[in-house]
Amino acid sequence: MTEEKFDAIVVGAGPAGTSAALTMAKAGLNVVLLERGDSPGAKNVQGAVMYTKMLDEIVPGFWKDPQAPVERPITEQKIWVLSKDSMFQVGFKSEKWLKEPYNCFTVIRATFDRWYAKKAEEAGVQLFTGVTVSEGIKKDGKVVGIKTSEGDEIYADVVVAADGVNSLLGQQLGLLDEWTADEVALGVKEVLSLPREKIEDRFNLEQGEGTTIEIFGENTRGMLGYSFLYTNKESISFGVGAKLSHFQKTGIRPPDLLEYAKAHPMIRRLLKGAKPLEYSAHLIPEGGYNSMPKLFADGILIAGDAAQMVNASHREGSNLAMTAGRLAGETVIEAKKKGDFSAKTLSAYQTKLRDSFVIPDLFDHKDLETMVEKHMDIVAEGPELMAQSLYDYFQVDGRPKRDVQKAILQRLTKNPAVRALIKSELTLKNEFSLVKMGVKLRLLLWKLTHGGSL
Amino acid sequence: METDPWGFPVSSDALPKVNVDEKLGSLTYKADHHAHITLKDNATCLNKCHDKPCTTVCPAQVYQWEDGQKKLIVSFENCIECGACRMLCPFDNIQCHWPRGGFGVQYKYG
Repeated sequence: MTEEKFDAIVVGAGPAGTSAALTMAKAGLNVVLLERGDSPGAKNVQGAVMYTKMLDEIVPGFWKDPQAPVERPITEQKIWVLSKDSMFQVGFKSEKWLKEPYNCFTVIRATFDRWYAKKAEEAGVQLFTGVTVSEGIKKDGKVVGIKTSEGDEIYADVVVAADGVNSLLGQQLGLLDEWTADEVALGVKEVLSLPREKIEDRFNLEQGEGTTIEIFGENTRGMLGYSFLYTNKESISFGVGAKLSHFQKTGIRPPDLLEYAKAHPMIRRLLKGAKPLEYSAHLIPEGGYNSMPKLFADGILIAGDAAQMVNASHREGSNLAMTAGRLAGETVIEAKKKGDFSAKTLSAYQTKLRDSFVIPDLFDHKDLETMVEKHMDIVAEGPELMAQSLYDYFQVDGRPKRDVQKAILQRLTKNPAVRALIKSELTLKNEFSLVKMGVKLRLLLWKLTHGGSL
Repeated sequence: METDPWGFPVSSDALPKVNVDEKLGSLTYKADHHAHITLKDNATCLNKCHDKPCTTVCPAQVYQWEDGQKKLIVSFENCIECGACRMLCPFDNIQCHWPRGGFGVQYKYG
């Protein structure tokens, strides 16, 4: 491989990198895709829910491919909140999600990534696996290539760093600093085998369809995070994640937390008899918009987890990565036409991301985590309080309803954590926006009832 | 609710103590004799670091404190390459590179 020159080098054959490589190869560019795993996906971990729209834009109608690496189309999404012995749930199920173009599928990432990289190869990408990139090569301040851990040098007009949450390449090239323990979450996961029929019976599913459950509360022991349970064809993916800084502070061992969550009375019944196939762990970049690095420089673009492109509150990441990878690819295609790979030309990537859903979504959720973290006592005590309230509400104990309801309300309003939340959120500013919202709503209703157009 | 020094609630139920080796037994590795994790300075762990967060947070139990030898044992061959250790070491004492190309953990599911 020594001294070869390509149009583009893509580092990392995950959703971002493969999307970038595939997009460029389809336009006739000479692209090399480097993956440090023995095969694509060998180093990657995800829940995993893959959204169809963003992949459909790159591989149209991918689900029709007989080899499509999808497990089950998700027709139902649930959110659970657990106390020690109880569960509160909300969910949505729709027949629409059983039809094309679907909303999302569960996938097994090792299988998915291999398939996706193969699509890229079919489009003309040269894929090299088992290649670890040790550093970027710069010339006159511009990135002109990379060096592998075996000492080979590869040159190209542009490098796309899609090397994941631990972007050592991004760090080495000065695009980003090491993340702090506050900017990432640590997830541990197991894939557990369970027969097809058992899954369908247990989760109330018709043949082939799948469900997802995101689980908050007792299962994270007061840390900011959640568990997930996703149904695959013949296995269940179950995991739990929390902020790395919270693991650090509590001293909770991640595999202990995983087993604790699995043993919860509401979860263990779903996993009964399921045999662990594989344990895994991975960091999830959850710093969001505020942690995003510089996305481009002379001769380089950065995409996916490496650029903190995860919308944690919506469990989205791989779809952001795919769109970012595609947009990085499109930017390079344009740069190639101009014959200019300077930061100025490559800055079009950032504009494209702003015009897509990627940056707007990250921007709109940028303060959410900080806000929630101000109220960790609610995160810790809320689930128990909620369960108590609901228990009392539904339990028929001979007291008049009005007494029970009054007691529930009193307990809630006397709770120090709830009081603190009310105190901090009932500011003049918030009250003002509430009034504003009320006026707007009133106006809207007036227009509606008076037959005006909206 | 009882809280720990950082304000986190202490639950009365103890967490189970999981045998991490058993968990790692489900994984496939391509072992490399070349260590991809090194400590910059052994004495830092002994003299400066009291909490040793690496010994609890590492999901693959790569780091274990050996009281007899008074040193941190690094079982790099257990590593599942999450990178958490680099970010949580309070003394930035862990140098964690990638294993050489093709080596290390090989997820079959991921």
